[in-house]
Amino acid sequence: MSEANMSERAAVSIRHLSKSFDDVEVLRDVELEVKTGEVVTIIGSSGSGKSTLLRCINWLEKPDRGSIHIAGQRIGVHEDGRPMPVRELAKVRAQTGMVFQGFNLWPHLNVLHNVTEAPIHVQGKSKREAEELATALLEKVGMSHKHDSYPNTLSGGQKQRVAIARALAMQPEVMLFDEPTSALDPELVGEVLAVIKDLSAEGYTMVMVTHEMAFARAVSDQVVFLEKGLIIERADPETFFTTPKTDRVRKFLENHDTPSPA
Amino acid sequence: MSNWDILWDERAQFWSGFLSTLEIFGLSIVGAFVIGCGLLYLLEGSRKRLTIPLRIFIDSMRMLPFLILAYLLYYGLPSVGIRLDAWWSGVGALAVYHGAYFAEIFRGNRLTFPPGQIEAAKAHGFTKGKMFFRLLLPQIIMQTRPLLGNQLIYALKDTAFLVIITVSELTAAANSLSSTYFIPTEAFIVVIGFYWAISVTMEIIIKQCGRFSAKRGFDNV
Repeated sequence: MSEANMSERAAVSIRHLSKSFDDVEVLRDVELEVKTGEVVTIIGSSGSGKSTLLRCINWLEKPDRGSIHIAGQRIGVHEDGRPMPVRELAKVRAQTGMVFQGFNLWPHLNVLHNVTEAPIHVQGKSKREAEELATALLEKVGMSHKHDSYPNTLSGGQKQRVAIARALAMQPEVMLFDEPTSALDPELVGEVLAVIKDLSAEGYTMVMVTHEMAFARAVSDQVVFLEKGLIIERADPETFFTTPKTDRVRKFLENHDTPSPA
Repeated sequence: MSNWDILWDERAQFWSGFLSTLEIFGLSIVGAFVIGCGLLYLLEGSRKRLTIPLRIFIDSMRMLPFLILAYLLYYGLPSVGIRLDAWWSGVGALAVYHGAYFAEIFRGNRLTFPPGQIEAAKAHGFTKGKMFFRLLLPQIIMQTRPLLGNQLIYALKDTAFLVIITVSELTAAANSLSSTYFIPTEAFIVVIGFYWAISVTMEIIIKQCGRFSAKRGFDNV
């Protein structure tokens, strides 16, 4: 099978991805394939490049070399190397939904309008259609009672659940989670993880950076360990967490042996 | 007949001056607001060869006494073949001058805008224009509301300068009555009352707008 065909099959296909900040190489020839319906967790110590990798997928960071395809569509540059015009880039980006560590809701819009904003004003959906979709998604994340509230009145866990609904409203090919529970009080982590777990059960394609090891083990199809910008280990979660191949991962897991949630 | 009676008899002159001031003020602040928003938009994510001249323009307006700008537009422009009457010179000068101030107020606030929100917008497929008008600008306006209110009061007071380039507004009315009847104190007390009335009304409106933003958590203002 040719490379192009393989890219078409995958929700996300990352090839030979490299990226440096000044002199520091944060990603080195990373290869990653995420099939539709698959949940891939990226693990690594801080500074390993995992957030950068995730942020390259929707071009919030521009890689120096390599290619990324979302559902067969190249992001950021055309196949012939021409840079992609912003409008086109925005269209490909809209194929991904991103959930941030810091929620990043738009504070001047209420919960419902945070979720309908992009479907209406980016995708051109009718107000009615967008609101029906938003209502269903807010129901799914357990926030339907807060339609009219403004973000400043919500807890961190509630904000993050709204942010998840907002990203889902784009009906993306893949959901990207960048440490979605790292900014939350410990007692609020569970409610967000429960939502993400439901999504994985429903077959959403997801790529997630997280420090919640027990959770990663429970929901992932594939776990990837990143160290200094290199993928040094990838495996199904059972193999990864019980019989890691490298000393580095064994050490890392020993330091993270407090599985609590889910 | 007391001085006050004289002024009462001449109330039509005050009234027409007042309406003229309102008209000049209203038009010029709308113009200034549009110019301020436009400058902010042009500064947003543009290349240096555009932002540097814009910053120079904004700063040179801020360093220029308003009266000199009004003079330049009224007496200076004809020498390059552009002739504006006093009224339009005044409105234009006010709009450009306070537009630069509006831009500077917006720009200062833009610097502290949370970058995460911009990233969220990009991640959701927003392009610059939609992001600016739907997400950035509304928040920046809500957050700078008290500063904008202040600037409006400055703009109102600057309308009084236009008497010098022969615009017949409120201060001009007082000026003419005080010199006709030699009653400067009373005439100017009356116009002070008018300026206060406009300012206080404006303050109340701007305070009311504050409720709208407080509900959304912009209460640090």
